[in-house]
Amino acid sequence: MSPRHPNELEDIEIKLLLEGIYLYYGFDFRDYAMASLKRRIWNIIHAENVHTVSGLQEKVLHDPACMERFLLSLSVNVTSMFRDPSFYIAFRDKAIPVLRTYPFIRIWHAGCSTGEEVYSLAILMFEEGLYHRCRIYATDMNEAVLRKAKAGIIPLDLMQEYTQFYLQAGGKSDFSEYYTAAYNGALIRSFLRENIVFSPHNLVTDASFNEFNVILCRNVLIYFNRSLQERVHKLLYESLRTFGILGLGKHETMKTTAYENHYEELDSDEKIYRRIA
Amino acid sequence: MDFKIVVIGASLGGLNAVQTILSALPKNLPVAVAIGQHRHRSSDGELIRYLQETSVLPVREAEDKQPINPGIVFLAPADYHLLVEPGYFALSKDAPVTFARPSIDVLFESAADAYEEQVIGIILTGASSDGAKGLAKIQAYGGTVIVQKPDTAECPIMPEAAIKAVKMPQILPLAEIVPFLNSQIKSQILI
Ligand SMILES: C[S@@+](CC[C@H](N)C(=O)[O-])C[C@H]1O[C@@H](n2cnc3c(N)ncnc32)[C@H](O)[C@@H]1O
Repeated sequence: MSPRHPNELEDIEIKLLLEGIYLYYGFDFRDYAMASLKRRIWNIIHAENVHTVSGLQEKVLHDPACMERFLLSLSVNVTSMFRDPSFYIAFRDKAIPVLRTYPFIRIWHAGCSTGEEVYSLAILMFEEGLYHRCRIYATDMNEAVLRKAKAGIIPLDLMQEYTQFYLQAGGKSDFSEYYTAAYNGALIRSFLRENIVFSPHNLVTDASFNEFNVILCRNVLIYFNRSLQERVHKLLYESLRTFGILGLGKHETMKTTAYENHYEELDSDEKIYRRIA
Repeated sequence: MDFKIVVIGASLGGLNAVQTILSALPKNLPVAVAIGQHRHRSSDGELIRYLQETSVLPVREAEDKQPINPGIVFLAPADYHLLVEPGYFALSKDAPVTFARPSIDVLFESAADAYEEQVIGIILTGASSDGAKGLAKIQAYGGTVIVQKPDTAECPIMPEAAIKAVKMPQILPLAEIVPFLNSQIKSQILI
């Protein structure tokens, strides 16, 4: 047989791997953005000491512990408190005045990772005098990151940087009031955790579970290809009340989706939208 | 040969080099340009303004899933990887590669994957070896590779690493890169 393009076999093997994982474990990565997914798969291949995508497929399917490592390495979990401080400034300026008019505010963090974004928004709502009206749902497909999120312990060495972000984000108080030092970490104070429910939810395979006034889905959709983004936008749209607020990541855009016309931009730089239809 | 995309990698000293290239590119360029420039986390707006000032082509920060349209210059946003998929760009916050995010290797390797021989890769000045692997992949997939002549670069380390990684690249002083590019894509320009 004549040699084919090097790409061709790799593409077939990756398809088989993702199909196998979906059929056996139920996690559906088939429509993730391929270029970065491929790089992560190769990183895992090296870390697992196998040589080919097919080699990884055998190991992942026969060894559940390997699947757990696969899940952790395949998703990008990086997050931080008050990530992109300018987002929180814009949220205070543009979203809070709208939310003030609501007696009850239901918030969904879709793809919350280890929870830093959730606690950041909770602090913001507290400072705006709205936290007691909030019910916050924070979800992720990955149970390992959810366990960390629930524990509410932030590595202490990061708190200095987060204090800077907090101030840049328009923080109104002393950041250290929101945590106590414990076990080499900063434990988020319990009054901030009261109204938060963490639970597993997969944006690809699970349905809408409530109607929200605010949805933040930041830095999650970039890992999906266009058709999956479209499907997930449908889910977010259906989970958002009319006039509800949607926040995306800094370099994500509504422009490439069919839902663009259902939203108005509250802040175009910070990707804060409001559902209008 | 119909090219689809020109990818440019630059690091230390790259601002001037990139600006020189962009200011020489003609209007109605029939390919897209994507730039991976190493830089500080929070320098986006200024950089775009700086590059736009002297370029006739629109210069934009790439957004996730933005279509790869010809005649536009896309810049990798600070602190994100920029990747090429068939037809559109994708961003990611994966860990830095060779200490860099945006990583030039990530941009170049994904461009080779998506467009194979329809890619032109250019390595400019820099103090790292980022881009060498990516340029080699562009070449292996049949694309065209160009490296800035090291003794004309503000910092020769990156061009030298790239030259070592590929076979017989076009090695050109900065001022000759765009004329060479034009000669490659000439037949694509609609009259
Ligand atoms: C980069 S983090 C974003 C964290 C936070 N929203 C932020 O912006 O800092 C991306 C998260 O999306 C989650 N994720 C990826 N695919 C998902 C899916 N199909 N359903 C739910 N969460 C998913 C990952 O597990 C990861 O924790």
